[in-house]
Amino acid sequence: MAASRPNQLFRNKSAKIAAIPMIATALVVFLGGTIWTVAHSFTSSKLLPKWDLVGLTQYERLWGTRRWLISIENLMIYGVCMLVFCFVIGFVLAALMDQKIRFENTFRAIILYPYALSFIVTGLVWQWILNPEFGLQHVIRSLGGNRPPAECEGVGLSLSCWLSGIEFDPLYNPRIAIYGILIAALWQGTGLIMVLMLAGLRGIDQEIWRASRVDGIPAWKTYLFVVIPMMRPVFVTTLVLIGAAIVKVYDLIVAQTGGGPGNATEMPAKYVYDYMFGGQNLGQGFAASTMMLLAVLIVVIPWAFMEFGRKNRG
Amino acid sequence: MTIRSILMAGGAVCAAGYASAAELEVMHWWTSGGEAAAVAELADALNERTEHTWVDGAIAGTGQTARPIMISRITGGDPMAAFQFNHGRQAEELIEAGLLRDMTDVAEAQGWKDIVNPPLLLDACTVDGRIYCAPISIHSWQWLWLSHKAYEDAGIPVPTNWAEFVNAAPALEAAGKVPLAMGQQGWQQNGAFQVMMISLLPKEVYLQVYRDKDAEKARGPEVGRIFQALAQAREMSRDSRVQDWNQATNMVITGEAGGQIMGDWAQGEFQLAGLVAGEDYTCLPGLGGNPTLQAGGDAFYFPALDDPEMTAAQGELAALLLDPQTQVAFNLKKGSLPVRGDIDLSAANECMQKGLEILASGEAVPDVAQLISADSLTRIEDVFVQFFADETITAEEAQEQFAALIEDAD
Amino acid sequence: MVDLTSSVAAGQGARELQGPRGPKPRKVVTRANVLIYGTLIVVSLYYLLPMWVMVMTSLKGMPEIRVGNIFAPPMEITFEPWVKAWSGACTGLNCDGLSRGFWNSVRITLPSVAVSIAIASVNGYALANWRFKGADAFFTILIFGAFIPYQVMLYPMVIMLREVGLYGSLTGLVIVHTVFGMPILTLLFRNYFTSLPEELFKAARVDGAGFWRIYFRIMLPMSLPIFVVAMILQVTGIWNDFLFGVIYTKPDLYPMTVQLNNIVNSVQGVKEYNVNMAATLLTGLVPLFIYFISGKLFVRGIAAGAVKG
Repeated sequence: MAASRPNQLFRNKSAKIAAIPMIATALVVFLGGTIWTVAHSFTSSKLLPKWDLVGLTQYERLWGTRRWLISIENLMIYGVCMLVFCFVIGFVLAALMDQKIRFENTFRAIILYPYALSFIVTGLVWQWILNPEFGLQHVIRSLGGNRPPAECEGVGLSLSCWLSGIEFDPLYNPRIAIYGILIAALWQGTGLIMVLMLAGLRGIDQEIWRASRVDGIPAWKTYLFVVIPMMRPVFVTTLVLIGAAIVKVYDLIVAQTGGGPGNATEMPAKYVYDYMFGGQNLGQGFAASTMMLLAVLIVVIPWAFMEFGRKNRG
Repeated sequence: MTIRSILMAGGAVCAAGYASAAELEVMHWWTSGGEAAAVAELADALNERTEHTWVDGAIAGTGQTARPIMISRITGGDPMAAFQFNHGRQAEELIEAGLLRDMTDVAEAQGWKDIVNPPLLLDACTVDGRIYCAPISIHSWQWLWLSHKAYEDAGIPVPTNWAEFVNAAPALEAAGKVPLAMGQQGWQQNGAFQVMMISLLPKEVYLQVYRDKDAEKARGPEVGRIFQALAQAREMSRDSRVQDWNQATNMVITGEAGGQIMGDWAQGEFQLAGLVAGEDYTCLPGLGGNPTLQAGGDAFYFPALDDPEMTAAQGELAALLLDPQTQVAFNLKKGSLPVRGDIDLSAANECMQKGLEILASGEAVPDVAQLISADSLTRIEDVFVQFFADETITAEEAQEQFAALIEDAD
Repeated sequence: MVDLTSSVAAGQGARELQGPRGPKPRKVVTRANVLIYGTLIVVSLYYLLPMWVMVMTSLKGMPEIRVGNIFAPPMEITFEPWVKAWSGACTGLNCDGLSRGFWNSVRITLPSVAVSIAIASVNGYALANWRFKGADAFFTILIFGAFIPYQVMLYPMVIMLREVGLYGSLTGLVIVHTVFGMPILTLLFRNYFTSLPEELFKAARVDGAGFWRIYFRIMLPMSLPIFVVAMILQVTGIWNDFLFGVIYTKPDLYPMTVQLNNIVNSVQGVKEYNVNMAATLLTGLVPLFIYFISGKLFVRGIAAGAVKG
């Protein structure tokens, strides 16, 4: 591009002026705010931020806290599932949407609408639906006539017994509670991913499709080997969007399970928030968020090198 | 003409004579039916009896939602005129930073020292001899709510104390009921533990553990008994899978559960469901054991403002909050107890009367929030959340974790 | 947006605004169609189930909710919860429901969405097509910023706004929304502009067009889908925002979500589920409306032949 021209400084003036808000935000808010946060994680700040250094005390306590360790474990499980399902569901739905279908507008709105609703009630509704006593489990069991276990003993293969005995109580079973959250999170978030992918698909040159059709390449191959590589930039956006949402997941947890049963759905962001504003120990909250940011940094920096290194060579 | 005289007193303290009309923004988290009705009493009193206007800044949720908002407003240099805070150690730092107004002048002019009962409520507002908040209501945790229907269905008499309650559990279970309803949230489980501490042991133990942070006491056999009782509670509440406290209360109301340990705010739920104390449900203060109440509750703090007119108006509002008429009106609506011992509350129902009697007899201890920091409290809550969720954790293990946190507490 | 646009993209304009590519689908039941529509219908059921529960609950009276099946339609339909949520529910002292904050929400959302999208799209364009020295570093910081839990930034932001004297004002809130929306939006636009064929940009440069001219004449008209996505993101995020609205403003500017929170999130007392559901649906109407009408803008960005013209 213009990079190697001698009058580059002058030529890029408009671009630089246009980028001033971005530069200010990056430096003052994000960099400044992060430094401020990290610095205060070494203090004993409680209700108010206070410059009262205590060294690594907050970190020692953090890593000695069981709840924090469990939160990280939960986030890993949730994060991997969310990432995979969001991508797959989002892309498949977008590809279906792009098949010259009728009522595209309606289908798109149906899949996207959950994104418009507040987390508080979303959590509540899913809490109801997943409630074993009057939610889905109840409905399925009713289909089987709701036969008591005693009646079914030794009956062998029976549809009504199978239905009556079905167990679906993700929010009440600590081992699978995290998947109960996942069901609601996917419901809420996949719509946005779908429209983003759809926008990406619509940004692809029509020539490609025409050419592949002329060459007789099946549609799925075109998607896999031509379209998906071309959509890489959109995928990166999606990845960041989902990743940020995963790291910051808080409201949904509070609304749906409050972190329970027990610690089964505790998340790092909730730990941060609970200690910052509930426990009024800002220092502890900052230490926890510093650890979260550090983890993000470990992912973002190599990505930046790959992304920009590649560009500069090409 | 008592109203006039109070106003005169309030006005005289703050500005000489006439204070011009100000808009007082008051921030609080009282938004549910009964609470909102109670706040309306305060607002009406301010609007009708002074020139000032009440600007409502209600933010629902727990303190956890409201706290960052209040702190931001105060540190952002654009504070409201008054805000609700649970009195206790929460405000200490704001006072140290000079962000809150010293209300001692108003308190002295109004004679708060003589009228506030129990006196420890005012102590909670006092830092270095200066008074920084106006207490408005008392809430206590030490109540066991029992469903008459559940015990009738099981064919056994309603228990009169904790031991009977535990013994009645098998019969309730046989009748398909949950003996103890308990919301699965840390603050509720922690609350139940404190209630047992105060009700089943001499109150000195509670004070030694929470006030003096005596870790040896916390490891000792007496507290050990409480952890055993807590393990029983875990056993009895195994089938109670609700989250919110009011859902648990609803289990008692419908007779699905035998009882619930919950603060006096549960009273409002029974009332709204049309149940009558003594007929449909029983309330046992101190679990039918020690008649001792933790006197926690709500108070208003007042940020330091530059405008002298606003400052004068703050003084009038503070005076109004402790005025006998407002106290009665507010607390009856909210279901809490008034902070003055000298007013007639004959309109209160059976349970509130019991609470008033205990307060009058002077059997009150400070709320935990006044004794240990919110940080330590949050960590202790985390222990109970785990304890209740995981039946493999023994009472001894939980006690050890608890004692370690008490050792570390501030 | 007249001459260059028409030369580059007019050909597709009239046709493409109708919707997806190609001729209207023929009414044939093919195996592919069964598969496509079958999947979409099944998926739609999953997405619609909670909506069904919400709408049904919002039309029931409280006694029916207490006893009833959450999936069952109301035995007796009542619109009272909706009326109450809009104009009667008490949110603290004020018993005028959501209506109180509606115009405030509009006043906050319009400038915040417009400013944040305008700035971010220019950022994205500058980053994609006019890369200057150091741009990558700022951009990386920005991406990093997307991952910062915003609760952590509350107090530093209060301090910054206080120092520039904008704390408590609408302008301050618009800045906050712009700042926190910037990482994702900038990334969105940058990556979209990067994926556009470079020939378009190069051709315009050869014709002597400058930074702004290319942005307005070429980039804008070709990126409607991504603007729709950005709008969806921002309208939803800002309209549903509660924390920033309440922290950086005063009661006379509180958005509707403060009332929603107060209706839905009251800790004590009986929960009126029907009013909660109605309030949520009412609050969601504005973003929903945007989603539906934005469908018209969701056209194919690049048509074949646009490049070679």
